[in-house]
Amino acid sequence: MARLCAVAGIGQTQYSARRDDVSIAGLLREAATRALEDAGMDWPDIEAVVVGKAPDMFEGVMMPELYLADALGCSGKPMLRVHTAGSVGGSTAIVAASLVQAGIHERVLTVSFEKQSESNAMWALTVKTPLQASVVAGAGGYFAPLVRAYMNRSGAPDDTGIRVALKDRRNALKNPYAHLRDPNMSFDTIASSPMLWDPIRLHEACPSSDGACALVLTSERSVRKTKYAPAWIHATSMRSEPTQFAGQEKVNPQSGRDCAKDVYKKAGISDPRKQIDMAEIYVPFSWFEPMWMENLGFAPVGEGWKMTYEGATALDGDMPVNCSGGVLSSNPIGASGMIRFAEAAMQVRGQAGEHQVDGARIALGHAYGGGSQFFSMWIVGSAKP
Amino acid sequence: MSEIVSEEGGILTAPHVLEYPYRRSVGPVLGRFFTELRAGRIVGLRTQQGRVLAPPQEYDPETGAATGSDFVEIGPGGVVTTWSWVVRPRAKQPLDRPFAWALVKLDGADTAMLHAVDAGDLSRMRTGMRVRPRWRAERVGHIHDIECFEPEPQATADNGLGGERQRAGELAMAEEAQKPVTNIKTPMRLEYRYSAGIATSRFLHGIAQGKILGQRCPSCSKVYVPPRGSCPRCAVATEEEVELSDKGTITTYAIVRVPSESIDVPLPFASVHVLLDGADLPMFSVVQECPLDQIRMGMRVQAVWVPREQLGPTLQSIRYFKPIDEPDVPAEKLQETV
Ligand SMILES: [Zn+2]
Repeated sequence: MARLCAVAGIGQTQYSARRDDVSIAGLLREAATRALEDAGMDWPDIEAVVVGKAPDMFEGVMMPELYLADALGCSGKPMLRVHTAGSVGGSTAIVAASLVQAGIHERVLTVSFEKQSESNAMWALTVKTPLQASVVAGAGGYFAPLVRAYMNRSGAPDDTGIRVALKDRRNALKNPYAHLRDPNMSFDTIASSPMLWDPIRLHEACPSSDGACALVLTSERSVRKTKYAPAWIHATSMRSEPTQFAGQEKVNPQSGRDCAKDVYKKAGISDPRKQIDMAEIYVPFSWFEPMWMENLGFAPVGEGWKMTYEGATALDGDMPVNCSGGVLSSNPIGASGMIRFAEAAMQVRGQAGEHQVDGARIALGHAYGGGSQFFSMWIVGSAKP
Repeated sequence: MSEIVSEEGGILTAPHVLEYPYRRSVGPVLGRFFTELRAGRIVGLRTQQGRVLAPPQEYDPETGAATGSDFVEIGPGGVVTTWSWVVRPRAKQPLDRPFAWALVKLDGADTAMLHAVDAGDLSRMRTGMRVRPRWRAERVGHIHDIECFEPEPQATADNGLGGERQRAGELAMAEEAQKPVTNIKTPMRLEYRYSAGIATSRFLHGIAQGKILGQRCPSCSKVYVPPRGSCPRCAVATEEEVELSDKGTITTYAIVRVPSESIDVPLPFASVHVLLDGADLPMFSVVQECPLDQIRMGMRVQAVWVPREQLGPTLQSIRYFKPIDEPDVPAEKLQETV
């Protein structure tokens, strides 16, 4: 029987296009220091550190975890780096939690980051391989055809994606850490923004951000009395599948469905839409909200768009999604998954400020990565499971 | 094709270069170090325990504590604590003649920093030797503002340790360094030798003859193109070769309007998934000879090849796909093959 694990401290940096005021180490330190403070702890309290980030090509620092050992106070402690592409922020938190749940450590610091301003993600994700034809333009180029397939299959109204983007960008105005905070963002601004990878418009796509997120995860007995009670981890799950194979369900991936089923089962959830109070999910392009609503079992296949359309996923809807503004408003890639997990925990701790969902007690954190092939999820609650 | 370097036993290999001019934000501590280098001075940072770290570090490697801003000028001379001789310098190394990589403990510092030592000859290198920096005339705020270190002439060495160096307290920032360095350029270039492997090489040899060769999985019977030599679903080797038509169906697509350094196709273009007749997994390609607003799912297309005499073992032998006069495939037949 696994031990209980608490999310006792949460720290985020300011997200922006370019954090020239800090080094990579300084960026992580900013998030980590805030998480320690929130947990009522200091560096010596931490027993182990788990770091996550997306490909090293983004910053051109190979094995950055080695360079980060001093900034993260790892001298004399175990340190581990996790990598599962875009889902890494989520899987890093899960690996860190498992160290507590397994009884190996009492207090673990986990940090994830990306400093996208050091290079260009389009370049890093679209390296031209010799003897091949290079025709896929970055993540948008990869996912746009899948979005089109979803639109075609579901018959969703064309403006569903615009509505998602508008909701998330408006939510971002309530989140002081968010990268994109434009009070003038309107339906028309989004609708008239240029198509980058038709059917994906500029304002329906995530930005490139610098940022880091950190969590202090502890055993039950190591929780300290602080302003906010901890969030309790009710369940975690990860699933993966190959990038491409014949018969693959790319629009509604099997690994995502399996991961959701598993995490609900472990958390004792039979009706996710009723039992989960809010969700922070990985939506890098607006149309992924309805796609993941179906994949996560919040809506029947083909009907995820109705939740967006009817306002169910709005902050005051019956199933609020991405109240923080989501990946659409801040995207330090390696941290984006952990930010989802952190925001879910902030909600059940009553710590989300202006974007707090009233009375949130059970929340889902979700991340995906690669070619929709790595999934990580956790369910956190205000009460012990 | 010119990009191929060798073809041993039918396996194609080609050079593969990853290159990017990274722009590194250095933070306030290393920023100060680089700012001072630009002014021709070297600074270390005194920790709470009184050790002087050189180059300065943001966090104490022993305690993890933030190191603060107690900068002290160090050097410029120092002592080689250990070294390694480079017989044949590589293109991007600091010197074009044999030199030493050395750890140099600058006068006043408690840690050593890595740099090149231009000793001229291996016989002149020894641990414990004194060296001094050779500054570049044009300095930008980078470690290469010091071109290298060089053996200190005997007379200078006898002169003592650096004369007017400021050793204690808060060091005033050099006047010419008013605008602090916040970023440095760190260009990266990695040269690989890409090997296409058995399955891809066979496929590409087929392409060089104008043929598209897939492989069938012995377990699930699915046909993969390009073949990977194994079935990702069943995790078994695939050997049975299947020649496929160069006609196929668009299963989905996007119109790309944003530039990408690695794509040569002029914008905007249609990036498509093409399911070749007889295959079970679509290929990524582009469609041309068709107005962009007429591209649709289910549309029938055919490969347009480079002229016969230009065919080579590369996917660039297929220039693009073009529409053909055949009825569309109904959408429901494409569900499983997006
Ligand atoms: Zn198979």
